[in-house]
Amino acid sequence: MKKLRLIAGVIALGLAANACGGAKVEDDSNAAPSASAAGSAAASAAGTVKIAINPWVGYEADAAVLAYLMEHELGYKVEKVTLAEEPSWQGMESGDVDVVIENWGHEDLKKKYIEEKKVAVEAGSTGNKGVIGWYVPEWMAQKYPDITDYKNLNKYADLFKTSESGGKGQLLDGDPSYVTNDEALVKNLKLDYKVVYAGSEAALIKAAKQATDQKKPLLMYFYEPQWLFNQVKLVKINLPVWEEGCDSDPKKVACDYPPYDLDKIVSKKFADTGGKAFDLVKNFQWTNDDQNSVADDMTNNGMSAEDAAKKWVEANAAKWQAWMPK
Amino acid sequence: MVSAPVRTAPPPMPPPAPPVPGPARARRLVRWAGPAAGVVAVVALYAAFRGTAVLPHDDDAALFHWLNDARDWVDANRNSSPIFLYVVNYIRLGVAELYTLVQGGLVALGWPGLIGLAAGLGWLAGGWRIALVAAAGFAGVGVLGFWEASVDTLALTLSAVTLSLLIGIPLGIWAGRSARVRRIVTPVLDVMQIMPTFSYLSPILLLFLIGPASATIATMIYAMPPAIRITALAVQRVPGVTVEASESLGATGLQTLLKVRLPLALNTIMLGVNQTIAAALSMVPLVALIAAPGLGVDLIRALARVNVGAALVPGVAIVLIAIVLDRVTRSAARRREGGRRARAVRWGGFAVLTAAGIALTPALATEFPEQWQVQVVRPINDVVDWIEGHWYVFTGFLNDTVAYGLLNPLQDVLTSAPWWLVTAAVLAFAWRVSGPAAGLVAAACLVGVAALHLWEHGMETLTIVLVASLITIAVGLALGVAAARSRWFAAGLRPVLDAAQTMPSFSYLLPAVALFSNGRFTAIVASLIYAVPVVARLVEDGLRAVPATVIEAARSAGSTDRQVLWKVQLPMARNSLLLAANQGIVMTLAMVVIGALVGAGALGYDVVAGIAQQEDYGKGFAAGVALVLLGVMLDRITQGANGRRSPHKKRNA
Repeated sequence: MKKLRLIAGVIALGLAANACGGAKVEDDSNAAPSASAAGSAAASAAGTVKIAINPWVGYEADAAVLAYLMEHELGYKVEKVTLAEEPSWQGMESGDVDVVIENWGHEDLKKKYIEEKKVAVEAGSTGNKGVIGWYVPEWMAQKYPDITDYKNLNKYADLFKTSESGGKGQLLDGDPSYVTNDEALVKNLKLDYKVVYAGSEAALIKAAKQATDQKKPLLMYFYEPQWLFNQVKLVKINLPVWEEGCDSDPKKVACDYPPYDLDKIVSKKFADTGGKAFDLVKNFQWTNDDQNSVADDMTNNGMSAEDAAKKWVEANAAKWQAWMPK
Repeated sequence: MVSAPVRTAPPPMPPPAPPVPGPARARRLVRWAGPAAGVVAVVALYAAFRGTAVLPHDDDAALFHWLNDARDWVDANRNSSPIFLYVVNYIRLGVAELYTLVQGGLVALGWPGLIGLAAGLGWLAGGWRIALVAAAGFAGVGVLGFWEASVDTLALTLSAVTLSLLIGIPLGIWAGRSARVRRIVTPVLDVMQIMPTFSYLSPILLLFLIGPASATIATMIYAMPPAIRITALAVQRVPGVTVEASESLGATGLQTLLKVRLPLALNTIMLGVNQTIAAALSMVPLVALIAAPGLGVDLIRALARVNVGAALVPGVAIVLIAIVLDRVTRSAARRREGGRRARAVRWGGFAVLTAAGIALTPALATEFPEQWQVQVVRPINDVVDWIEGHWYVFTGFLNDTVAYGLLNPLQDVLTSAPWWLVTAAVLAFAWRVSGPAAGLVAAACLVGVAALHLWEHGMETLTIVLVASLITIAVGLALGVAAARSRWFAAGLRPVLDAAQTMPSFSYLLPAVALFSNGRFTAIVASLIYAVPVVARLVEDGLRAVPATVIEAARSAGSTDRQVLWKVQLPMARNSLLLAANQGIVMTLAMVVIGALVGAGALGYDVVAGIAQQEDYGKGFAAGVALVLLGVMLDRITQGANGRRSPHKKRNA
């Protein structure tokens, strides 16, 4: 083993010393553990596709179904790269990511990586409609009917105080990597609230369940599509209506989140050499209900991502056969 | 308060218990007058200047924008600036290549081959026992169902360790032979080891983007200090007589180094390798945040799903790998006896075991057989669910007590006090406990945090660290004292502490999150599990080191057990206690920062957000630096009066 390490070291040094034209970051993508050899007609497998896995179960549901189809129908090897949203874009530059399967807006990143750097391209809508907003449990909306208007939130701030919110009302956010304007919103709408990060989707879900079961006040950031809406009733707070451009400066946002048409982003290289796998990604389109059923199986019915995908694929042949590359 | 003498040595004999002679009492009064006056002064100044010169947090600080711009420049010039074209990108390329080679090699061996090789190396290093441990450990990883991820982790660890040694050993030899180099290297190593691992990530991301290459580099940086330190120590310790003999026989400097110094130092250097591997493995969960494959990914994902069982299992897999690598390198460090025959047996056994493993590879399935894997996730989660459902009132009560009783008041004080007052208080305190140099460094660090525009978040982090350290040291002290007094208790405690010390710290967040939901208290609980074992162990060792004759003498003078503890054992174990406090605090800081992943906020959150959100990059970068400053400050304050360097036995962060 020592020898192996030695050889490895020598080769690495040799590589660094020999080439002399200067190295660009993409160059190494061929050296990464499983090169995206989709273009080459390898004997056994069609190649490897690296799908970024962003940290929410809806995303994982999309990725699970695509991965299942790539592996079982097209003969690709799929590598799932667990990453937050914005680093995933960087992964398309560094060669670590081929596909982002559920992208939420990110106009700034589109500009940077698609228009300027030209390392990524759009691959169309997933068919899912995305909503981001602030929610309270249904019992609160019934007990305090005017709470759903953001203007009245300050009146109820005391209800939402916790040990973590520093004397203000608590607005519970999710993973620090999620798309959020909440800190700017609280500031610009002059709300007496503090944004507290729960850290993950699962933590938000747990909080929502507890708030419903134990009638604990809760104001939280949440989003659709999400299976939880089938189990727990949540009511959306009305923020100032979104209009085109009202959220262009992230520090000055004082309006609701836009309606999202969730779309797919792939690396330029994958678009050029991804073959059938790229065609499948491009054709992939389904509904929020489809995603929720797979996500629900993964979260609540104890299924692995692969089993949940298999179940959906077996039950929805007509849908996925339409995505298959001709 | 400044020049108050600090007691450096305990009295050799305990003062006869109750009656304190008059002059001694007076001296004691004088000794405490300074600090008491200082405390009064700080309180009075706080009352007078409360709310002035506070530095509220501002996300828009010019420094953050400047750092963001710097990031944008790097992003725009990554493929055109000569520094990147000819240096940085090649490093990235070379490291990626190394990782690919190692990973490819390990995969090519197949699981029987790798187990065989591990057993062979174990045999080579320490005979059949170690061979058995190695085989069982690696097979165990497969049984847990994490074979592939473990191979990735192993590959990353081995690549990083290789690089650490390639750089660290020559540096260590140099430092061992030149006092000047040693003087430069030592403080740098100190800082590297105090630094919370989180703060490495932003700069590394900037230079090397995400991926296995940056992960290997981050791990390498963290793992290198022990390699340098221990090599330097080993080279220094080579007896002068031997070196002289070699030189008088006409050997050149290089010959002496290669034929005398290094062979004599080899066994100690192997211990350095051992420590380097331990440090590298502790980075596994963290580098998953920057797209490194391996067991860390499963840990992080389990954290995001609040799935305790799913996090515990990869945690155990990391422990198994750690145990195997530890035992193999540790026994390799032992001096080997025996002549030619013993050597033949060693290498023969190694060849046979490895060959047997590799021969089995084509015969057996390529993937670790599924029917051999055991499912443990569900039972663990059932237990957790039960506790969650039944202890809710109790855990909520604990959380609120600590938050409202300790955290919030302390945070209010620290954030509403003028920054100069906090700095002055730290200066005075550190000066008194650890001397003027430490005081100045500590105060300079705080000024640095203020200059980084992160004062408020820094104070929030400090609050959590102080409260967590307080609880950690109290619990560690109690456990250590109990273990030192009762052999039975010590025997029972030891394996628990061992286990707690080798688990990757991320695994502790999970049970804490499940019980206390997200927030600062969860981070405190996790840091408790993480740091208490080390504190308890240092306390126990220190107390046990008090000579039995001294205790005997105290007893015969009529002291009760309690008096022996408070008047003899604890004062005499002062150095160990200080070291325990130092380690406890540094480890707590590391853990509290990771607690940002479960909602502990403050600087740790800034770093996490800086990795995850473009516009927060600058703030995250600055927060990383601020964390280093806080770490250095806390370390200096607790270094103790005699200027002794703490040995930093920090493991698995």
